[in-house]
Amino acid sequence: MASTEEIRSSLAEIVNEIAGIPVEDVQLDKSFTDDLDVDSLSMVEVVVAAEEKFDVKIPDDEVKNLKTVGDAVAFIERAQNG
Amino acid sequence: MSKTRVVITGLGATTPLGGDVSSTWEGLLAGRSGAQRLTDEWVQNLAVQIAAPAAVEPTEVIERVKARRLDRNAQFAVVAAREAWADSGLEDSGLDKERLGVAVASGIGGLHTTLANYDALLQNPRRVSPLAIPMLMPNSSAAYVSLEFGAKAGVHTPVSACASGNEAIALGLDQIRLGRADVVLAGGTEGAIMALPLAAFGMMQALSKRNDEPEKASRPWDVDRDGFLLGEGAGILVLESYEHAKARGAKIYAELAGAGISADGHDIAQPDPTGSGARRAMERALAEGDLTPADIFHINAHATSTPQGDIAESLAIRQALGKEADHAIATAPKSMIGHLLGAAGAVESIATVLALQNRVSPPTINVDKLDDQIELDVATEQRKLPDGDIAALNNSFGFGGHNAAIAFKTV
Repeated sequence: MASTEEIRSSLAEIVNEIAGIPVEDVQLDKSFTDDLDVDSLSMVEVVVAAEEKFDVKIPDDEVKNLKTVGDAVAFIERAQNG
Repeated sequence: MSKTRVVITGLGATTPLGGDVSSTWEGLLAGRSGAQRLTDEWVQNLAVQIAAPAAVEPTEVIERVKARRLDRNAQFAVVAAREAWADSGLEDSGLDKERLGVAVASGIGGLHTTLANYDALLQNPRRVSPLAIPMLMPNSSAAYVSLEFGAKAGVHTPVSACASGNEAIALGLDQIRLGRADVVLAGGTEGAIMALPLAAFGMMQALSKRNDEPEKASRPWDVDRDGFLLGEGAGILVLESYEHAKARGAKIYAELAGAGISADGHDIAQPDPTGSGARRAMERALAEGDLTPADIFHINAHATSTPQGDIAESLAIRQALGKEADHAIATAPKSMIGHLLGAAGAVESIATVLALQNRVSPPTINVDKLDDQIELDVATEQRKLPDGDIAALNNSFGFGGHNAAIAFKTV
């Protein structure tokens, strides 16, 4: 099972690929919209890429709750363990 | 009521001959072909395996994250628009962005995006990009150009097949003359060198099949022409009211004197063989520009290298200009860059403007034996244009019977 840091790091690569945010800026306390400037359409792309990368399902209704990188990492951890 | 004078104050292009205006213009003057035999895997089963790809990949120029949000079509438009904008010197001019308009045409639109997302859809609907619609919609290029510079007057996308680029320039001219804008970024873009368009145009028997001699494939007016060569790229011109340009001390390339639009009302794909629609477009451009046939010394012809089209246009030019056609030098850039569809009129308008400014008609290549049904003074090498006040026409005609002629004159 991937560690929190491994998930954060892989997610950071996805965010970098899609939105061009430097990987080192994608930290657990950062808000996707307020801090990282990831817009709503890019967020959908990030979610779909994360689903494939981590082999999890992230329901559309859940996306609005993933405000920070930490929220997303925690959701992915729970989904992988679930 | 006197017409508002409109001038050209900036040029931008990315074409099969170069990634900017100067390299494209040098290529045209040198008679260089941008045609290639395609080697991609997807081309192997096609009857037509030649095209004129852009000399510079737009993804090498545009920032990576931005590029992935743009269809190839919009990538070309943004590259050309950035060059035109920088060339115009408008960035630091204090231009009111509510007076800045955009008219960027495309014949086909975001086809790369459409096809790629259809493939994704067949695998898994969740793989369809949330950006697919904003990337594939025909107005995407015009919209992204407006975003690039914060243009807040009208943003338009005329779609009239291969007449689209000229129609965008005509629309931009109207916006300024109607008082709706002081400056319009106008032109066209196309990135359609893909299997589907090559197969589809091929099935129409519209494309040259000269696979073994790509550089000889596009041969407007030559007796052995067998169809057009598909090209790609974009051209953007900065149209500006003369008063606005004068007030800020802008560099002026030429005057956009008038535009003429007409329809054949004849057939969805074949040109009217009498050329009457094309004739009316040229006559209207002259009338709108307060010009007479005696003023025209250079004609950038549509001349795609199709058997019927080239003859119909030659007839039309003869009818529109009468005896004065004798002193008009005709040239066909498609012999070198191929047919850029919705970008053709725009890129060739840039060539026309530069021909007037530099007083030289670029050559038409591959005219080994002029078709005796072509009654034009064809430039087969660089030809000098006379001094003094002269004017030029640029023709574009499109499937659907669209005809758009633009008249430029020296300033």
